[in-house]
Amino acid sequence: MDKKGDAKIKEVITSSQIWKSIFRRKHDDTKRSRVLAIVGNFFMHLHPISVARHALALKFTWCMGGVTFLLFLFLTLGGVLLMFYYHPTTGEAYWDIKDLHYSVPFGKILRNTHRWGGHLMVITVMVHMFRVFMTGSYKRPREFNWSIGVILLVFTLLLSFTGYLLTWDQLGMWAITVGTNMARATPLLGHEGPFGEQLGMTAHNDVRFALLGGSVVGANALLRAYVWHCIAIPLIVTFLIGVHFWRVRKDGFSGSL
Amino acid sequence: MSNIIHILFLKDNEVIALFGIIVIFFVIVAFREAIKNDRLKREGKWPPEEQSDKDKVLAWPFLVRKEFLVAIFVMMGVLIWGIVRDAPLEEFANANVTPNPSKAPWYFLGLQEMLVYFDPWIAGVLFPSLIIVGLMAIPYIDINPKGNGYYTFRERKFAVSVFAFGFLFLWVVLIIVGVFFRGTGWLWYWPWQEWDPHAIVAETNYDFTQFIGIDSKSLLGSVIGGSVIVMYYFLGMAIPYAIMKAKNSETLQKLGFIRYIVVAFLFWSMIGLTIKIFLRLVFHLKYAWVTPWFNI
Repeated sequence: MDKKGDAKIKEVITSSQIWKSIFRRKHDDTKRSRVLAIVGNFFMHLHPISVARHALALKFTWCMGGVTFLLFLFLTLGGVLLMFYYHPTTGEAYWDIKDLHYSVPFGKILRNTHRWGGHLMVITVMVHMFRVFMTGSYKRPREFNWSIGVILLVFTLLLSFTGYLLTWDQLGMWAITVGTNMARATPLLGHEGPFGEQLGMTAHNDVRFALLGGSVVGANALLRAYVWHCIAIPLIVTFLIGVHFWRVRKDGFSGSL
Repeated sequence: MSNIIHILFLKDNEVIALFGIIVIFFVIVAFREAIKNDRLKREGKWPPEEQSDKDKVLAWPFLVRKEFLVAIFVMMGVLIWGIVRDAPLEEFANANVTPNPSKAPWYFLGLQEMLVYFDPWIAGVLFPSLIIVGLMAIPYIDINPKGNGYYTFRERKFAVSVFAFGFLFLWVVLIIVGVFFRGTGWLWYWPWQEWDPHAIVAETNYDFTQFIGIDSKSLLGSVIGGSVIVMYYFLGMAIPYAIMKAKNSETLQKLGFIRYIVVAFLFWSMIGLTIKIFLRLVFHLKYAWVTPWFNI
């Protein structure tokens, strides 16, 4: 096929009704077209149209918030794939992980990247917070978005924490045991915490019982961790990320307005 | 020496080593930028041209292409990591076999380390709550309008110092201690020492009032202990307040009374934590305040 033929095919495709219905306009290197590339596209429109040049430098932004979001997307996708192979029951969970390692095609790399990606997300979200503090970017008018960010940080830790138990091995079980044992000591609401006993708290009705669905890390705890990890917390985080990004876009990237 | 290599690649520990390296790297970047900006300010060359908000570039393509490149590199890194190193999987969960030491996930090890010095309701519930609330409060109690959108140390000495101390020392260092220096029985082991599961360290700790010969569980001991805590906070708030008031401090006027109290409370809680660590390690202090319901 010669060049003329290529151009003709391209012309036919790009002028078809299907193409035009998907890609709303032709992109060229004009300012107007570049602006429209952001505002006219669902995936792009969470960016502001323009950003301060200094805020773009890698040594200024470090990209940690973006990397955290990227990892969240990656972990969501990988997590859905992992869910196909996983039963949240004490009899099967551990062996499902073994299956992922030894018999599911690409199962091992799927699980490995989910684990390392999860840890990396915890790291990047902390570094993101450090950067936002160091550039004073939480100052007016971004106070509220910083607070949302803190909540997102907590939920990132909880996401990782609930995922820890799902392998149902010694590492996960005892990490969760150590972690949730703290809840016993909650003032007022834990049976070993200050004033808990006076309020009638026992191992069977306190806040730790609510977390675990029992008084020990058992089958109910596994199910609760699974539901929190795969459904509840991702929903909450998705909602909060929406608000977080919308505020970033509205409040501007850096500096006072 | 074999022990440190063993610990380094045990469980998820390489992640924490990576965490340490990443944090050190970015701390250096942040403070280098801060010092550079402070120097420019001193020399009267601030703001540099690119800092002015008028110099804007379009998100497409300048921001989007950068995001794309970073995304590619991160995905590449995660994939290679996932190919080279396997995620840990230990034996089948067994409630009857307690590992020694039992450790929480690595990001909570700073809090677990706190358990050496505080009761669980403080280390596991009160401190985490104060950290979350304190972090969320930062934009509302830091009323310094300077340093918005650029690295600086000179213009935000107090804020940057407090945050750096809290994040780098109380969070990151304690995590690294919990991962690499705490062995069987949660005893301190240097990386070149072998863990000894049978090691017994006889350590007798004393409550504060026992140092002055008063039973800490008695009413008098409890009252004295309580007074010490209350006086700590009261004096910690009152003395700087009096000094700033005497100096007619502009900061204090802008801050107002309520914000000042919140800042002082959070600050002295954080400092109190370090004081207690110090007193435990050096003087074997167990509790400052003993009551029938809780101990501090």
